[in-house]
Amino acid sequence: MLTEDSPPRIEILDTPQGRVLRLLGAWTAASLTAKPSWEALSAQLSELHAQASPASASGQAPASASVPANAGQWHLTDIEKLDYLGAQLLWREWNHCWPDALQLLPEQRLMLETVEKFTRQLPAPQRSSWNEPLLVLGSRLLHLIGHATGLVRLLGQLLLDIARLLRHPQQGPWRDLSGHLYHFGATALHITALVGFLIGVVLAYLISQQLRQFGADAFIVNILGISLIRELGPVLAAILIAGRSGSAITAQIGVMRVTEELDAMRVMGIPRGFRLVMPRALALALVMPLISVWTTLAALLGGMLAANVAMDVTPSFFIHALPAAVKVSNLALATAKSVVFGLLIALIGCHYGLRIKPNTESLGQGTTASVVTSITVVILVDALFAVLFKNIGI
Amino acid sequence: MAEALVDIRQLWTVFQHGEQKTVVHQDLNLSVGRGDIMSLVGGSGTGKTVLLRQMLGLETPAQGTITVLGKPAAELGKRGAASRVGMLFQQGALFSAFTVLENIAFPLRELGILPAALIREAAMVKLQMVGLPPEAAQKMPSDLSGGMVKRVALARALIMDPPLLLLDEPTAGLDPESADSFCALLRTLHQGMCLTVVMVTHDLDTIFELSTRIAVLAEKKVIINDTPAKVLAFEHPFVHEFFLGERGQRAMTLLAPAARPL
Repeated sequence: MLTEDSPPRIEILDTPQGRVLRLLGAWTAASLTAKPSWEALSAQLSELHAQASPASASGQAPASASVPANAGQWHLTDIEKLDYLGAQLLWREWNHCWPDALQLLPEQRLMLETVEKFTRQLPAPQRSSWNEPLLVLGSRLLHLIGHATGLVRLLGQLLLDIARLLRHPQQGPWRDLSGHLYHFGATALHITALVGFLIGVVLAYLISQQLRQFGADAFIVNILGISLIRELGPVLAAILIAGRSGSAITAQIGVMRVTEELDAMRVMGIPRGFRLVMPRALALALVMPLISVWTTLAALLGGMLAANVAMDVTPSFFIHALPAAVKVSNLALATAKSVVFGLLIALIGCHYGLRIKPNTESLGQGTTASVVTSITVVILVDALFAVLFKNIGI
Repeated sequence: MAEALVDIRQLWTVFQHGEQKTVVHQDLNLSVGRGDIMSLVGGSGTGKTVLLRQMLGLETPAQGTITVLGKPAAELGKRGAASRVGMLFQQGALFSAFTVLENIAFPLRELGILPAALIREAAMVKLQMVGLPPEAAQKMPSDLSGGMVKRVALARALIMDPPLLLLDEPTAGLDPESADSFCALLRTLHQGMCLTVVMVTHDLDTIFELSTRIAVLAEKKVIINDTPAKVLAFEHPFVHEFFLGERGQRAMTLLAPAARPL
């Protein structure tokens, strides 16, 4: 092994006793998987095959066809080194049966016998039946119902846990709660401010182009105010938090499943609803309205500056006109919406986290599904709010 | 001694935590000859697993050279590494997204040279050589028991017939019966495939049943590297404690009577 092995090859000798196939070189995994030697060897093998059965050489035979048993006498005694992969290759070339004439060493025979004993066809994959699509549809439906009941159960458990917290506040997981407040809220301030500010700038520029055509410059305050405070601020913040904290919740709980921490908690009699789900749900429900107001403020600032640059609407005019243009009830609506968003993001994150199975693939799928679902749900609920409260604040 | 597959010279391993330095190995020398089954033993914290990881090139020592199969250990992780060294990790380290058969075939398939059917057959043979039924091929790692995980991991380590096999606690977490059958399996594979094995283990039964040599790590170096009988006769508090304590006496019955010290 310390020296380089010579490539595997076949020497063909035509002797009076018939054709002899003398195998040389190292028939090992290392030399067989080296590209040049494999290419040379497979060319040699297919040539051998073509010579042995000229009828099939014209292309009717599949490329992987093997060398027939009567191709000649196989001499394995001069092989430098043979391992199981080399033996496997030979066995395939011999079409899974012993050739008529064969010379080999006892240990090579042992190896080939092991290969013979253990080579077998894989069980065929199950054939799909006519009702396959129906079964798929049914299982999808059951899956969906499973998610719905899981969420309802989680929500019910959350209410019970909150009742328990109110009865025994000293038992509450307060340290967890404050930690989550910091991670979900304080560390999200930069990114939400940046995104909010840029969206405000972009919107203000776009709107200013349109308003200038009608000479209705002053209305930029109304449009920006209503759209940012009532809709965009809360939704933007919720989507960012869903991507940021929703995925983190799912991944955290999912890893706890993978490392059996969830089972350990259960064995110790620590309710996971009370210790894992409730602090996260409460923290996001508290943080979400604050982040939403923060994002809205950043967006308004961006819009105000852009309006000043693009349309000469001064910041002082903007600030004075804003209270008249946007009723306070819009702010109340936005805050209420944000609380619901926060709660839903946390619950969906926990729901997918608890459903993760102990393997890495499931962890990835669960996290993706959690983020996609929570963003979709945020937009759905936002639409619901828009319909239900269409008479308020406008 | 026969030619050395693994050769460690003047090795220093130092862990640094801020200001604090911990020297784990100091001028450590070790060589493993072809065809040996070497057990690395030592108290906890003597750096057995670290040494194994250094042989694989997963960690770099502070000083010293490690030569594996005639090349520096750091160069081991190149293309086709599976044909040089096989490693059985303590937890198996199976890819949880793949089936058992895909796991075993992975090193070969990833090279992209050999035809898929040949690789599948080779993986199937290795699967059964480690004593698993062919039906296990389509299972996922999460559906396997601890013993089966180890067997699949062993089959994967051996798919390219490497000359050197490293084992980290091969029998830890297995019930005695599975541990025994795993030892028997290792023994037959060692004979059938001309393997050289280096293992880290605390299991005295495994040590006595398999090892042709034992290397004892203590005082930051290898204090003795010799046949089991010679190691047992060696005078050192750790050796005495480890092998000749009550547990050791029980396991010693496995050792052939001739090799037992008087």
